[in-house]
Amino acid sequence: MTTRLEASDREPRTTAEDHRGVELDDVRFAHPGRGRGAAPVSAVDGVSLSVSGCEIVALVGPSGCGKTTLLELVCGLLTPDAGTLTSAPAVLMPQRDLLLPWLDALDNAALALRIHGAGREAARDAASPLFAAFGLDGFERARPYELSGGMRQRVAFLRTLLSGKPVLCLDEPFGALDALTRAEMRDWLGAALAREPRTTLLVTHDVEEAAVLADRIVVLTPRPARVAAVLEVPLPRPRRGTDAAIVALRERALQALGA
Amino acid sequence: MIAALLILLVLIGGWEAYARLGHVDAFILPAPTQVATALWDDRGLLWHNLLVTAQEIGLGILLALAAGALLAIVIHLSPTLRRVLYPLLVGSQAVPIVIIAPLLVVWFGFGIAPKLAIIALVCFFPVVVTTLDALAAVDPEQRKLLHTLDATRWQEFRWVEAPAALPGALSGAKIAVAIAVIGAVFAEYAGSSAGLGNVILQAIPQLETARAYAAVVLLAAFAVLLFLLLTLAERVLVPWARRDTEWSRR
Repeated sequence: MTTRLEASDREPRTTAEDHRGVELDDVRFAHPGRGRGAAPVSAVDGVSLSVSGCEIVALVGPSGCGKTTLLELVCGLLTPDAGTLTSAPAVLMPQRDLLLPWLDALDNAALALRIHGAGREAARDAASPLFAAFGLDGFERARPYELSGGMRQRVAFLRTLLSGKPVLCLDEPFGALDALTRAEMRDWLGAALAREPRTTLLVTHDVEEAAVLADRIVVLTPRPARVAAVLEVPLPRPRRGTDAAIVALRERALQALGA
Repeated sequence: MIAALLILLVLIGGWEAYARLGHVDAFILPAPTQVATALWDDRGLLWHNLLVTAQEIGLGILLALAAGALLAIVIHLSPTLRRVLYPLLVGSQAVPIVIIAPLLVVWFGFGIAPKLAIIALVCFFPVVVTTLDALAAVDPEQRKLLHTLDATRWQEFRWVEAPAALPGALSGAKIAVAIAVIGAVFAEYAGSSAGLGNVILQAIPQLETARAYAAVVLLAAFAVLLFLLLTLAERVLVPWARRDTEWSRR
């Protein structure tokens, strides 16, 4: 079964935005089975999705439904078995922050710049204005183990942003945080994306997080992932989890999830 | 610290009592006081030879650290070399040094070179194993992250694998310290004109057992000193490793 979705009812996009987009057409992927002779395990089963430049799309679905696989496909870490996938260069922000313990916070954030050939000072100079803008002022020289979970995720997000790629694939970026920090980080990410707009695929299992942050919510089925429903979120920003429209949307998303 | 000193004092006291009251001749087991006397009386001779052996051990460990880390990296990067080299390295540890020590003396003479070769030979293996384990423990997710940031294989090594392997290599060096001392004594037994091993070799047939024990005391003290130096190097070079352990135990 294939579910198609088009951004037909959205305002027309300019071409400049379009080569920052992501296009999936009937994409399928199966992980090789474990052990000799084991059958492959289908993770993504015919997903079609069109994301235009600077759009924020949330992917929600039950745990283990293949959301992470979908992001790894978009980032080119995996190749689809069937279907076509075209995407502007995409960078993955994994669920865990994976900050390098031997680098301080600023060096961690600037890692992509170093990999692209910048010297240490140049990379730090380029990253440090963002530290102030993203609430990390004064933590430049802190080692990852000295930072709180929320702070570490901020640094990890900056590292992702500084890769310079137009598409961000965020894999449950706040999944490991406690509820309070999570809500705070959700608002922080909303503000960050308003300041630095990027095409964003946000994987989450928290429908409220999806409703607050996204332009569109794509609800996925249990493994293998298919598109179960698409919900538009035509609400002004900033949004709050307690807004009536968000609460209503949350209900619809939960219904689509079958919860 | 105080408890450690007390235990040491009790052990030395017991040894003293056994040597004095037991029916053991002083040339079989000298009492600690006799060893202390030898330490003082022969201080010039012992100091001179300690410098020789200390140099052998220090350089030997550095050589073992370099060779061990290099072998670990080569084995880590090439599955073919892993299959070929790893069994050879394990096998090399089963070769008794006494068998090849004369050969090394023939090749390198009586200078420092054969000693360094023997010390490096007995010491490099723990460095290889601990470094390889550290390299294998690198989080696969971390590699994925570097990949998505467009890192090349070399950059992955430089940013993730090399720093991750450093604590492993240093742990290996700490294990190597104790064996290095034994290796140095072996090497000097095989052929030498100086060094604490040479002192022991000459003192025992002369029944100067207290002097031989004094040399052993110095060797043990030197091993402890090296171990402390390596612990210090660990704190300076890899401050995150200690923190991470604390964190994961929390």
